[in-house]
Amino acid sequence: MTDMLNVAGTTAGFSFSRVSAMVRRYWYLLRSSWPRILDLIYWPTVQMLMWGFLQLYVSQNSGFFAQASSVFIGAVLLWDILFRGQLGFSISFLEEMYARNLGNIMMSPLRPTEFITALMIMSVVRLSIGMIPVSFLAITFFGFNLWGLGLALVAFSINLLLTSWAIGIFVAGLLLRNGLGAESMAWTIMFLFLPLTCVYYPVTVLPFWLQWVAWALPPTYVFEGMRALLIAHVFRADLMVEAFAFNIVLFVAASLAFIKLLESARVQGSLVQSGE
Amino acid sequence: MSAVAVERLTKVYKGTVAVDGISFRLAPGTITGLLGGNGAGKTTTIAMIMGLVTPTAGRVTVLGADMPKERYRVLHRMNFESPYVDMPMRLTVRQNLSVFAQLYGVSDIGGRIASLASDLALDEFLDRPNGKLSAGQKTRVSLAKALLNHPEVLLLDEPTASLDPDTADWVRTKIRRYCVEHQTTVLLASHNMTEVERMCERVIIMKKGKIEDDDTPYALLERYGWHTMEEVFLDVVRGRTAEHAP
Repeated sequence: MTDMLNVAGTTAGFSFSRVSAMVRRYWYLLRSSWPRILDLIYWPTVQMLMWGFLQLYVSQNSGFFAQASSVFIGAVLLWDILFRGQLGFSISFLEEMYARNLGNIMMSPLRPTEFITALMIMSVVRLSIGMIPVSFLAITFFGFNLWGLGLALVAFSINLLLTSWAIGIFVAGLLLRNGLGAESMAWTIMFLFLPLTCVYYPVTVLPFWLQWVAWALPPTYVFEGMRALLIAHVFRADLMVEAFAFNIVLFVAASLAFIKLLESARVQGSLVQSGE
Repeated sequence: MSAVAVERLTKVYKGTVAVDGISFRLAPGTITGLLGGNGAGKTTTIAMIMGLVTPTAGRVTVLGADMPKERYRVLHRMNFESPYVDMPMRLTVRQNLSVFAQLYGVSDIGGRIASLASDLALDEFLDRPNGKLSAGQKTRVSLAKALLNHPEVLLLDEPTASLDPDTADWVRTKIRRYCVEHQTTVLLASHNMTEVERMCERVIIMKKGKIEDDDTPYALLERYGWHTMEEVFLDVVRGRTAEHAP
């Protein structure tokens, strides 16, 4: 019997084979459904076009925006990395609940760390499907080359993805604990970050007391860093390091919350009834 | 050593006692039925054995591992089937089975799927999406998933629920034959008395979270003086004891 099993793959602490099984599962789902793929591209395209044309109009009528003509469009693309990164993570998790497959998953040898790793990989896959075409459309329509940010783009993306995964992990814990009753959190939680992380305006615009809150959120450093790069043409590495440090704290806090929520779900029996 | 050992197991949900201090042991290679009406505590008991629910008190061990604390030591040696879970609808049967085979660490995935497809007559719809199967076909696919890893312990929760009598009989025969051939320890929760009578060598009857009776089907029929398990079951759930039987 045991010769039928790849024992090393099943008993080891972390199995890349199990992670790849889950990634394969989500990939099969994605490629079997064109509306799911269209959905990944549709909204980022609409956002980019709307903000791009608005920026075009404002830049023609303002000296400041003429100097920093790509701030809006840069902000909207980076915001989409943050928002779509979390959504990509959470939607893959929600697919298990919609399919009533969570019991099969939780009862299999798949460990929570492997499940989360697979969700993080899928978040990058889904984000890439959406953002790569949109970034080329931004070049075509507005001459804004996101890829021209070079290494800064790598630093921005890593920090934004870390934040999106941390929020995704926390939301997954809420869904495990509360079932689909917590679904709306998956779709809306990131909008709390929209005003506070100063996506479209500098931190100094906020009331002084709210600036403290803003500076406690890692994406704020990224959006400030983006403005420094596009307006003053300076790459602020210090802001990226600070964002990374806050991201580590956020990621650890989200992981601890997930463990607690999973434990609570086992106590409350929520894993057996993962409906509403 | 018992394949499954349940000791003074209790589960309380917000003041409601779902399982009330039950104890039993399952010997390796045996098929045991867990009978009970709605709310008797069958599904909660199975969920605690699987490690999906943490007991309020008491202890469950499966193949020597404390559940849920040590579940990752044994999850690859057990499996389950339940009508309360589904497999992804848009994935084909083959895709679903191959994903689960990889999760369970099955080495020859193609060979194992082919063998199960032949045993459970899945060949004709292996490449069809799960969502386009009939209830009977879905049950066979769920059963194939449950047998993918040659489980030593198999937990079946209402395995023939919502099936027509012919398909249910076919499924029962397959499960029974497979488990006898592979010496699999089975705990089968069911409402279906015929199913339990036909498949199980031991029956545990639960009522309001407690074990009301526990014996072989033959001994239960003898003791209660009835001809079918359904009559025995009705006696138990309506509070008639063996002493008052006809």
